Amino acid sequence: MTTVTKTHDATEERHNRPLLSLQGVTKRYGSPAAPLVLEAIDLDVARGRFVSIVGPSGAGKTTLLRCMAGLISPSSGSVIMDGVEVTGPPSALALVFQDYSRSLLPWMSIRKNVELPLRSQSIGKADRRDRAVEGLAAVGLSEATDRYPWQLSGGMQQRVAIARALAYRPEALLMDEPFASVDAQTRADLEDLTLRVREQFDMTIVLVTHDIDEAVYLGDEVIVLSGSPTCVRKRIEIDLGRERDQLTTKSSSRFTHLRAEVLALIQRDRAPAQDATA
Amino acid sequence: MTIKRSFRWLGNVGLELIVPAALIAAWWIASLHSTDIYYPPLKEIVETLHSFWFFAHFGSDAVPTLVHLGIGWAIAVVVGVVVGTVLGLSELAAEVVKPLLEFVRSVPIVALLPIGLLILGIGPTFQVTVIAFGAVWPVLLNTMDGVGSVDPILVDLGRSFRIPHRLRLLKITLPAAMPNIVTGMRTSVSIAVSIVIFSELMGATSGIGYQILLAQDTFAVAEVWAGVILLGLLGYLLNVLFRGLEHILLRQHRNMGDLQR
Repeated sequence: MTTVTKTHDATEERHNRPLLSLQGVTKRYGSPAAPLVLEAIDLDVARGRFVSIVGPSGAGKTTLLRCMAGLISPSSGSVIMDGVEVTGPPSALALVFQDYSRSLLPWMSIRKNVELPLRSQSIGKADRRDRAVEGLAAVGLSEATDRYPWQLSGGMQQRVAIARALAYRPEALLMDEPFASVDAQTRADLEDLTLRVREQFDMTIVLVTHDIDEAVYLGDEVIVLSGSPTCVRKRIEIDLGRERDQLTTKSSSRFTHLRAEVLALIQRDRAPAQDATA
Repeated sequence: MTIKRSFRWLGNVGLELIVPAALIAAWWIASLHSTDIYYPPLKEIVETLHSFWFFAHFGSDAVPTLVHLGIGWAIAVVVGVVVGTVLGLSELAAEVVKPLLEFVRSVPIVALLPIGLLILGIGPTFQVTVIAFGAVWPVLLNTMDGVGSVDPILVDLGRSFRIPHRLRLLKITLPAAMPNIVTGMRTSVSIAVSIVIFSELMGATSGIGYQILLAQDTFAVAEVWAGVILLGLLGYLLNVLFRGLEHILLRQHRNMGDLQR
């Protein structure tokens, strides 16, 4: 009986604490005298949330994401993943890179690209294949498994990158401006695809973007960053409901209001810097 | 391939053949009645090429040359790729070793042949060793550059998905470095050919270079010319073979290029 209660408590505790937590994270590159890129970032990502991180261009968005992904370590402060301090890339995270054309391996078929990260884990060959097929099906690329990345359009390539991340079965997906270099229509499609797979796989997602519309449209909450050195300016709850639609959501007055709020924060942040240079 | 394209291809091959064919014809006619001991008629050279090399001495002299060449070059490629990869992966090691590498590589290999001959004596070991030593540098340095300059996104990919090092090397790093490696291999083929002949001119008991030297000593001028022509033919053949190898090694890279065009 006691063990059951204990387990229950442990599960409860696990559910209450954030999946990913940044505590006083600062980052400077090189010598201790070098300017700060990130300044005392405190940030929690709760399990199952879609968190958009948006900031003015030149803010350390990618640096922040690389810290979260365990690819670089913070100069001070810590990144905690599921209660454990991150010292290297955690297995519960998968990355979707900004530059899809460079993050896929052109010498492998789509399926092999998706399977490659699975080969590091003790997964049987048949299982690996199944997971790759499942991931590719989730992004609507079941027909393209034996083709090569260079045979696909940009939007399709980014879908492969998403499938690769899904097949890895992480708890959280980190996306670094994933739709920055596709056309507007493809971008809208990919945004909705991201929302769909999030429902399907019950995924926690952190999306870094410079696009305010995208941040508000996709997120349960938007974290607004300041210019350099980067710190968290504000956390805004996006109360647009779970269902989003390119047409109705984006034309709702609430969306417009939230969008304006984020934009004002970012513009206010840029204004003093411009005055200073003037 | 469309009919139009096949015609164009035939046309290109024709164009490529016109100049050599014209030169050979000119040589043939101009030298037909030559009595100059140093410039025998091409007709005589071709007859010597046929009688001497195809195939009286082919097995005894051309084959050893090709075998030494093949073994020496293969050793150079393996050592070059392995050492180049290790150095390319470690920035520190590369920094430390690079000046030394640049120095050793800029010593003309020909100048090292007498030392090699002193140490190793006449024989196949000498040939194979000096070929490997001379041909290893382009492979090694190009591999090092290729491995060291793999796209940082691919490095991040390997790390963030926790792909084991062995798999990263085989599936990401080496394929990414393959165009560089092939460039190094190509350069090293021509170096290896020069060295094998030169080493045979210096110290050997058989081989194409040895036979050329022997023919020179006995004033068999047509045989000297025949040997030179044989080398030209072999060089051309090696180039064709290498293009085949390159075709296989860079299959996917070539396809990418097609798409970008």
